[in-house]
Amino acid sequence: MSLVGMSIIVEGSPAQERTARNRWARLTRPALGFVLPVTLAVTWEFVVRMGWASGRLAPPPSVIFATFVDLARTGDLQRNTLVTLGRVAAGFGLGAGVATIVGAAAGYSPLVRRLLDPSLQALRAIPSIAWVPLFILWLGIFEASKVTLIAVGVFFPVYLGLMGAIQSVDRKLVEVGRAFRLSDVAMVRRILLPAVLPAYVISLRSGLGLGWMFVVAAELMGASEGLGYLLIDGQQLGKPAEIVTAIVAFAIVGKATDWLIALVATPFLRWEDVVRQD
Amino acid sequence: MLVLERVGKTYPNGVHALGGVSLEVELGEIVAVIGGSGCGKSTLLRTISGLDPSSEGSVVLDGERIIAPHEKIGIIFQEPRLLPWLKVADNVGFGLGDRPKSERAHRVAAALKRVGLADKAGVWPRELSGGQAQRVAIARALVPRPEVLLLDEPFSALDAFTRADLQDHLLDLWTDLRPTLILVTHDVDEAIVLADRIMVMCPRPGRVFEDIGVDLPRPRDRQSAAFDFAKRRVLAALDRSLQRVPSGAEDEPKAEAGAALWW
Repeated sequence: MSLVGMSIIVEGSPAQERTARNRWARLTRPALGFVLPVTLAVTWEFVVRMGWASGRLAPPPSVIFATFVDLARTGDLQRNTLVTLGRVAAGFGLGAGVATIVGAAAGYSPLVRRLLDPSLQALRAIPSIAWVPLFILWLGIFEASKVTLIAVGVFFPVYLGLMGAIQSVDRKLVEVGRAFRLSDVAMVRRILLPAVLPAYVISLRSGLGLGWMFVVAAELMGASEGLGYLLIDGQQLGKPAEIVTAIVAFAIVGKATDWLIALVATPFLRWEDVVRQD
Repeated sequence: MLVLERVGKTYPNGVHALGGVSLEVELGEIVAVIGGSGCGKSTLLRTISGLDPSSEGSVVLDGERIIAPHEKIGIIFQEPRLLPWLKVADNVGFGLGDRPKSERAHRVAAALKRVGLADKAGVWPRELSGGQAQRVAIARALVPRPEVLLLDEPFSALDAFTRADLQDHLLDLWTDLRPTLILVTHDVDEAIVLADRIMVMCPRPGRVFEDIGVDLPRPRDRQSAAFDFAKRRVLAALDRSLQRVPSGAEDEPKAEAGAALWW
């Protein structure tokens, strides 16, 4: 790198060369991550096309793509994706909302923390899927039990993340607020909120990740629509391409929603002193 | 005028950090507080600031008892303590939250110019050097125009050159605005460069051991004989405050007295 850099400086138009190189690097570096999956996909396609494997249980990319297009054309894919997305949105909203209130209270007030935290920690030790039978008994087999399960999954990372973030706010910065005689409300708005935001965003993102995990669990256990239903349908009717299509849809929507949170948070987190990878 | 009357501080855990400090400081005076570790220097400063109100006695500023942070009192800590999520200009204007935007912008710009960082207004705190960050902290404390400015070892984390630079800088600011300065330090040179009076404190519980006037014209030449003489006096008092010299020999500063410097 240094040798190349030096030769560029000697050549005389360093700035121009460097921006060109940067642009090239920006394009190629993410592409590096595609090398492995694309190679595997092409290889598998080739193997099936040559007749070395039947590809019945593990369909080649072309078949998956065709199924994807098919399901999209009939509208099945969109409808099921929207249903799943709706469940995740409701469960995430509920879980993250309650977790934000409870986490903020527990982080802010030692009394609330001593009162609630032991019970919540005990509940956290239960694998959330274990709640499913109970939720079904209580809430029925339709939307309510599914949304509740997702909300439970989302709740814990958000609660823990926010409570921990509030507790670890730099006491020295709080003191700056006190020295400038901030009211309680101003202290929350001008010191606590910005200080906890980075950790809160991370906890929301991990909560959302769990939300996607739990929606699959909820839909696998009985649903008549949704991406999880596509999974089951594909399994029962022996259509592996449909299963993979649903998996790909999960990956796309999951990543997109995560990206959305990151995108919304970015303007508020520009100040962070982080090591950027480039 | 700032009046401390038998100010004492006992922490809830029973530590008697400060035992009856009485002190009168005129407006515009510069007082340095110096002493070995554990002598309550910082506790005294925090008591005056209202961040940790005294448990005995009283702190009175212009007839008003100080029991909580007060608008006439500003404080600068050992670390800059800038809010990392605010740009430099917003950090400087932090104490002006309730003022109209135009007034705020105007005063922030003036303060930044005064500390020589007008070009850094739109920069994040993480992009500043240690000395620059501390200058921003000084600007932030000065913007609300405090009558009393408290400084808790403000330059101790900086290298020697930056420290000397900021000491001169602080004096320039003081010349313009004439606030009362109360400066906690462990650096005898710093105390003599800046202060009109040096309070030597002694520990267990923290109290004023000696009040030494520094009657040298400003700006003070760190190399002059008078400076050196004042330094010996302060060092001797520091040694006595730590009871390292038997009483009777106190008028003759000893060669190893310099050891107290870096306590």
